Amino acid sequence: MKRREFIQQTSASAALVTVGGFGLTSFASGEKYKKITILHTNDVHSHIDPFGPDDGRNPNQGGVARRASLIDSIRKENPHTLLLDAGDIFQGTPYFNYYGGELEFKLMSKLKYDAATIGNHDFDNGLEGLFAQMPHAEFDFISANYDFSNTVMDGLVKPYKIFNKNGIKIGVFGMGIKLEGLVDKKMYKETEYLDPVEMSQEMTRILKEDEKCDLIICLSHIGYYYKNSPDHISDLVLAAKTKDIDLIIGGHTHTFLPKPTVVKNSLGNNMLVNQVGCFGLNLGKIDFYFDKNKNITSEGVSITV
Amino acid sequence: MKLQHLFITIIALTFFNCKQDTWQLKRIQGEQININDTLQADAEIEAFIKPYREHVNKDLDSVLSYAVATYSKSDGEFNTAIGNLFADAVYEQSNPVFFKRTGKNIDMVLLNHGGIRAIISKGPVTSRTGFEIMPFENSIVVVGIKGSQINDMTNYLSKAKRAHPIAKLHLVLDVDYNVKEADISGEAIDTTRTYYVATNDYLYSGGDHMTFFQPEESLHILDYKIRNALIDYFKQTDTIKPVIDNRFIKLKN
Repeated sequence: MKRREFIQQTSASAALVTVGGFGLTSFASGEKYKKITILHTNDVHSHIDPFGPDDGRNPNQGGVARRASLIDSIRKENPHTLLLDAGDIFQGTPYFNYYGGELEFKLMSKLKYDAATIGNHDFDNGLEGLFAQMPHAEFDFISANYDFSNTVMDGLVKPYKIFNKNGIKIGVFGMGIKLEGLVDKKMYKETEYLDPVEMSQEMTRILKEDEKCDLIICLSHIGYYYKNSPDHISDLVLAAKTKDIDLIIGGHTHTFLPKPTVVKNSLGNNMLVNQVGCFGLNLGKIDFYFDKNKNITSEGVSITV
Repeated sequence: MKLQHLFITIIALTFFNCKQDTWQLKRIQGEQININDTLQADAEIEAFIKPYREHVNKDLDSVLSYAVATYSKSDGEFNTAIGNLFADAVYEQSNPVFFKRTGKNIDMVLLNHGGIRAIISKGPVTSRTGFEIMPFENSIVVVGIKGSQINDMTNYLSKAKRAHPIAKLHLVLDVDYNVKEADISGEAIDTTRTYYVATNDYLYSGGDHMTFFQPEESLHILDYKIRNALIDYFKQTDTIKPVIDNRFIKLKN
């Protein structure tokens, strides 16, 4: 990879030499490449303290204060970083039972999360319970397929959000799981669930064609993949049925992956699906490198995982 | 020669005009970073969490009751001391709520053996004990079902061969696991009568293959979590000393 970059940079300089002074202004002041870092968590489930040394499964792992220092050091290395959460922030330790999610949202705000989507457990104290904690969240909630129009959450959740980092336009949209049969109706009330594939197509149309985003991310809580019902909507199914999504950050299934999954979208192009287990045990980190190389379309995007 | 030079220049101009502001995705690199004790905890975040942690821990660890022995869900075949405690506590805590709302009494309780998630250790019993034995958020529901469905239930229990916690129901299996005796508060089950069974929302919805709750005649959602019922029971009970009894047994011959 390094070698290829070198060769391409060399040929770019050669081109410059050929055309003389042209383009010098555009290249001399600018960077050779731009790097965007996407950090992500999912299904943290109120795990604020690390697991103790005697824990049977995850000894000495997790902990928000440790995650904070890790994120801090990554941001120092690359300020052009987004921090995202794929839902199920609530439920799992007594912190949630005592404070109803207040501490979770306050800590995520302190860690400067940029956006989160809504998981099924985020309805565990009902729409009113989620609504009550919204003042503590200094980050955006995004969901393209939950229609909250007829609920107290109306206007508090956007379908997508566009971030501008170092001149790169990043569109992030949210995707939630079907609530019927999973969450008590009295908890989600008139929240309407819309089809993930249809809404993703709508989102990518807006973000790619109208908004001209350079990078499109789906923040999903629909689950990685359902082996026993492979046609059931999941991140892998959604990836294969849509186009123009560069990364799906998933949740719900508490899936630990040895590395992000490379999936072919509906156009046969490679994209990534990732999920980092649960309980804040891991932080996902995906770096996107952009350059101005002219041969890009013929070469495609190289993915190193 | 000159013409050719100009031609190249025009191409170059066109190229740079179109492309100079277009950054293209070239390379993606992904990794996962484990959060563990090799990372230094952020002092400011740690200080922010501290008062919350102290309050939760103080409340969780305040002593509510005392257990005279250690109780485990594996210490009995068809009924266990801890299971009986679960079922009896749910009855005692939810019957006043149900009676106040409906003027009727709960006839029996059925929970599931798998729902007991930890032991109760000998010594102080705290709210933390409640969170350990019942980490889930399941709530108590009272389901009105016909006696014929109670028979389906006893049939299920005879085949399940597990110490599913029950209260007020008395069930005796013969040596071949057939239902030999079944009564509720000492009276034989009347197939046409309506019985009010307290259980949790998970089982009502068919969890653990308990398909006999539906269709129900009536459903009463008490908005009372099983865990909270247990914690309230601990608060009201000075000494925890449940026993294995005769509520659900199998005859040896």
